Amino acid sequence: MDAAQSKVPDFDEARARLVIARLAHLDGALLPILHELQHEFGYVDARNVPLLAEALNISRADVHGTISFYHDFKSAPQGRHVLKICRAEACQSMGCESLVTHLAQAHKLAPGETTGDKALSVETVYCLGNCALSPAAMLDDELIGRLDADRLDQIVLDATGMRS
Amino acid sequence: MTTRIYVPCDAAALSMGADKVAKAMAAEAQKRGLDVTIVRNGSRGMLWLEPLVEVETTQGRVAYGPVRVGDIAGLYDAGLLSGGAHRLGHGLTEKIPFFARQQRLTFARCGLTDPLSLDEYKAHGGLEGLAKALALAPAAVVEEVTQSGLRGRGGAAFPTGIKWRTTLGAAADQKYIVCNADEGDSGTYADRMVMEGDPFVLIEGMAIAGLAVGATKGFIYIRSEYPHAFGVIQEAIRRAEAAGILGKSVMGKGPAFHLEARLGAGAYICGEETSLLDSLEGKRGQVRAKPPLPAISGLFGKPTIINNVISLASVPWIMAHGAKAYADFGMGRSRGTLPVQLAGNIKRGGLFETAFGVSLRTLIEDLGGGTHSGKPLRAVQIGGPLGAYHPAHELDTLLDYEAIAAIKGMLGHGGIVVFDESVDMAKQARFAFEFCAQESCGKCTPCRIGARRGVEVVDRIIAADHREANRVLLDDLCSLMTDGSLCALGGLTPLPVMSALHHFPEDFNRPALPLAAE
Ligand SMILES: Cc1cc2nc3c(=O)[nH]c(=O)nc-3n(C[C@H](O)[C@H](O)[C@H](O)COP(=O)(O)O)c2cc1C
Ligand code: SF4
Ligand code: FES
Repeated sequence: MDAAQSKVPDFDEARARLVIARLAHLDGALLPILHELQHEFGYVDARNVPLLAEALNISRADVHGTISFYHDFKSAPQGRHVLKICRAEACQSMGCESLVTHLAQAHKLAPGETTGDKALSVETVYCLGNCALSPAAMLDDELIGRLDADRLDQIVLDATGMRS
Repeated sequence: MTTRIYVPCDAAALSMGADKVAKAMAAEAQKRGLDVTIVRNGSRGMLWLEPLVEVETTQGRVAYGPVRVGDIAGLYDAGLLSGGAHRLGHGLTEKIPFFARQQRLTFARCGLTDPLSLDEYKAHGGLEGLAKALALAPAAVVEEVTQSGLRGRGGAAFPTGIKWRTTLGAAADQKYIVCNADEGDSGTYADRMVMEGDPFVLIEGMAIAGLAVGATKGFIYIRSEYPHAFGVIQEAIRRAEAAGILGKSVMGKGPAFHLEARLGAGAYICGEETSLLDSLEGKRGQVRAKPPLPAISGLFGKPTIINNVISLASVPWIMAHGAKAYADFGMGRSRGTLPVQLAGNIKRGGLFETAFGVSLRTLIEDLGGGTHSGKPLRAVQIGGPLGAYHPAHELDTLLDYEAIAAIKGMLGHGGIVVFDESVDMAKQARFAFEFCAQESCGKCTPCRIGARRGVEVVDRIIAADHREANRVLLDDLCSLMTDGSLCALGGLTPLPVMSALHHFPEDFNRPALPLAAE
């Protein structure tokens, strides 16, 4: 965790409790609640763990185990925008790895990293269901087909708000 | 009179700018004083043409694509509204060879209709299967599905009717229908397309399953990489409830059936059925040992049908047209149709629903047009990340579960990923292990540890570090994973690895990198 991420993120226990209370009645409520917390705060703060354990009557270890199992739940805030680049086979066949290389060379950004200004996080995903229009990516909730280096440059520039 | 213009709202179409095209189409019509209605349909599946714009004419729907915003004025100039000629024109959609040569049963409505219009759904044969099922005894519904020969489309190809019979026979106060919409295999998108393009067919299929086995509650577990499909399904469920199709009494005639959509959280293993059930219960998605079968003790310990999206979405057609009509399609023990998904380095990628029995070469070369790059095809991977790599000379194999097994492959969920000659098969083998290591649920050692070792062993082979010894080690490791893994993630990872090595040994025998040379 770098210095910027370790500063105390804004966590609001009252708001978290509301989210939990709203969904706790569901069968198998933990995943829906975690998604909602992630949506609400941008990550799942460790301070949710005891609240969840209490509300769902399960152990903290179980809650923690579940959160850490899934790639989607982040333990610290992400960038304001998240770009998921598909690196599964169909996208490999269309050169997704060269896009990852381009991102590293031109923008000093690798999957798993966030720009210094917290504008953009980049992640690896395996398949976005757009495999006939590879290489594919997803910017926030927007699916992108036939991604190329120009579009990638544009995404980075737009997200970081830089003017050329 | 208004002219209907169709611009798909499928995520693949959106990924190529369909929303912008729809807006610009409407704006341009307004500017020209033309009366048009923009309909957002599902995708016709000819994804290389997306966004594929269609115009309703007296002759039928005329197709244009791929349409970019910059093409729109020119299209109107060319007389788009009466199907005028244009360089992006393809004539009548249903005469395009890629479309005309399909047997669309499960995808009959996909792309034709507004996905969320129940009226259009009914006008095109929707709910007929459910109406028939409501008039039958549960055992008769199960029998119909059994007789159709439908086998699970999620990968394992287990006969659907037999699974249903087990759950029907299990006595319990609560049973569940779970739809597996985790579709994690690279090269596949049929589940996504049907959920976005014809969501009511899945809902109808699940309601029929509920009647058949006596389940009153269903869940659709959708991977989080599909936010768009999730939204469409949620809205479709709301509308089906409001229309009385779902709820306290199915269509006001049957028992209750309630449906809920749930999001996965980015774990490939949650496509494995028992892992999915644990995930639905709010736990880590770890694979359960079988027995007990989910059909007897599944979600929350209750008898549970878990089926793939396409399996369930095929049931309404089977009920409406009869088991025999479905079984009349296909070959051998592969009955009915399969939505084949052409993907990767292919010129005309898209969804092609066809009766089993067509050759891979027909699919990839005639219909798919060969590679996108124009370079020679070198390999195809069939059945997702756990499927085998096949060389070009195996393409005369027929689309059939057993025929593909006979060439040591796996048809799986029907995805075909094409690679041209630039592919490095040693890298692909390495990736198979890497993927398994990333996605392993960690429950058993051959997979959890074996996949990591696999990456290292392949790395050493690539680096020509004791190549022969490491080849032997790789064989051992693969046998161990095949025989000793609890589920098919660890158990089938050797398939892509060994097929790559078997068919493309030259890629594992390249001159050593200078640093690693002995
Ligand atoms: C690692 C792994 C991943 C799987 N992923 C999926 C999936 O994404 N979708 C799916 O329907 N089945 C998947 N399956 C198969 C399911 O375990 C199960 O066979 C299927 O849901 C049963 O439904 P069906 O009989 O209708 O195919 C996967 C299996 C394994 C071992
Ligand atoms: S093979 Fe891998 S994914 Fe399957 S149960 Fe074992 S550890 Fe889990
Ligand atoms: S493999 Fe990249 S979208 Fe499917």
